[in-house]
Amino acid sequence: MATTVIPFGPQHPVLPEPVHLTLKVEDEIVKEAIPALGYVHRGLEKLADIRDYHQMIQVCERVCGICSMIHAVCYSQGIEELMEVEVPKRAEMLRVIWSELHRSHSHLLWLGLFADAFGFESLFMQFWKVRERIMDINEATTGSRVIVSVNVIGGVRADLSPDQIRWILSEIDIVEKEVRALQDTIMNDYTVKARTVGVGVLSKEDAYLLGAAGPTLRGSGVAQDMRMLGYGGYAELDFEPVVETSGDCWARSTVRFRETLQSIDLVRQAIAKLPEGELAAKVKGNPPEGEVYTRVEQPRGECVYYIKGNGTKHLDRLRIRTPTFANIPPLLAMLPGCELADVPVIVLSIDPCISCTER
Amino acid sequence: MKDKVINVTRDTVVGEVMKMKNDGYRLVTFSTYQVDEDGLGILYHFDKNLETIHLRLTVKRKDSIPSVSGVYFAALLVENEIRDQWDVKFDGLVLDFNRTLYLDPEVTQVPLVSNVKIAPKQ
Repeated sequence: MATTVIPFGPQHPVLPEPVHLTLKVEDEIVKEAIPALGYVHRGLEKLADIRDYHQMIQVCERVCGICSMIHAVCYSQGIEELMEVEVPKRAEMLRVIWSELHRSHSHLLWLGLFADAFGFESLFMQFWKVRERIMDINEATTGSRVIVSVNVIGGVRADLSPDQIRWILSEIDIVEKEVRALQDTIMNDYTVKARTVGVGVLSKEDAYLLGAAGPTLRGSGVAQDMRMLGYGGYAELDFEPVVETSGDCWARSTVRFRETLQSIDLVRQAIAKLPEGELAAKVKGNPPEGEVYTRVEQPRGECVYYIKGNGTKHLDRLRIRTPTFANIPPLLAMLPGCELADVPVIVLSIDPCISCTER
Repeated sequence: MKDKVINVTRDTVVGEVMKMKNDGYRLVTFSTYQVDEDGLGILYHFDKNLETIHLRLTVKRKDSIPSVSGVYFAALLVENEIRDQWDVKFDGLVLDFNRTLYLDPEVTQVPLVSNVKIAPKQ
């Protein structure tokens, strides 16, 4: 059988950002996939040389818009550990609330894009319509819909008033109701299952050894979620990682769907346990010499920051490992053996964020 | 760092990484930092049940490093990234982009090392 080489990307209808895959195909079955990155690499880590450590929060938020809040939390908690700053409990819980709002709007965005990838346009629009309520909460409470910029070293700069809390609770009740109304379609509809069940299967062992992260890892049966570390306010909240075992595109979409509802529950729990108190600890001086390794759970999975301080206002090193970067080797393992028509669905099933990957 | 750090050398790094794999650890990523003008430090981060262990390798930038991508396939992207950003060569990389994962062939400046030039790719 002759081998045909088919370029996938860098521009493709299912890809919001550019990435290229060279697909070697025989009789419409993919035999090999080789990635090419670098179309949007911005060298953000290098900015740690010229921006002071407070300004780097804004840079980290721009690694990725969709998980900007959680990038800022990861960076802030790394610097706080390095400087031995104790974050007020109220600030930690407020970080949880905005982080979970980010997770739910990221998953709703992805669920819509996923429906779009297999041609279910009305489902796509339904998920995005629900997502708007979360974006409205972000805008009303922080002034921005996407990059909320509420983190500072030592805590947060914004608070929630009792009126805002009541309004958020009523809004997320509506979000939950509307999301549940879509559950049967995304999880049980015949046409959805025909495009996702048994497609892009990643075994539990492969997911683990290939370093998969987030829903890609949990969709293959590994119960690993960085929130279990109990960072920030998560230690006081009650939740279990969402796990599916079939390891296919259906499993990964189901994990994200269930995590959307889990995030709504976590927002409620965090609001119920929101203590009174300060919003931020006072931070003086510069990060001392030393290094920290810190990690958080983003919508796409485990995000890792390595931070090395040198006693000045600049950092010696800021290294960011994002979840999509971790999920590319598993993607390369999922593609061989699939039909060419399934490639867009499989690629989208890892929720690729190229701006995260290339930083 | 709070977690356990094990020092390794160029001769022992592959064996130690293999040991981590046999002990059931997942490779998370590597972090690279500058030690001095010519020296680099590489931390290999591993995870098992949320417990983290790091291997620390210190090398001269001009020295090549044995690739661990034969042990953990996922290492290939990180090693290619380090190749691009720090101009370090890895021996035995399973998929070698040869300094063009992120960079265009005509680039002559090593991105994360100040004042170090590299030859453009032909």
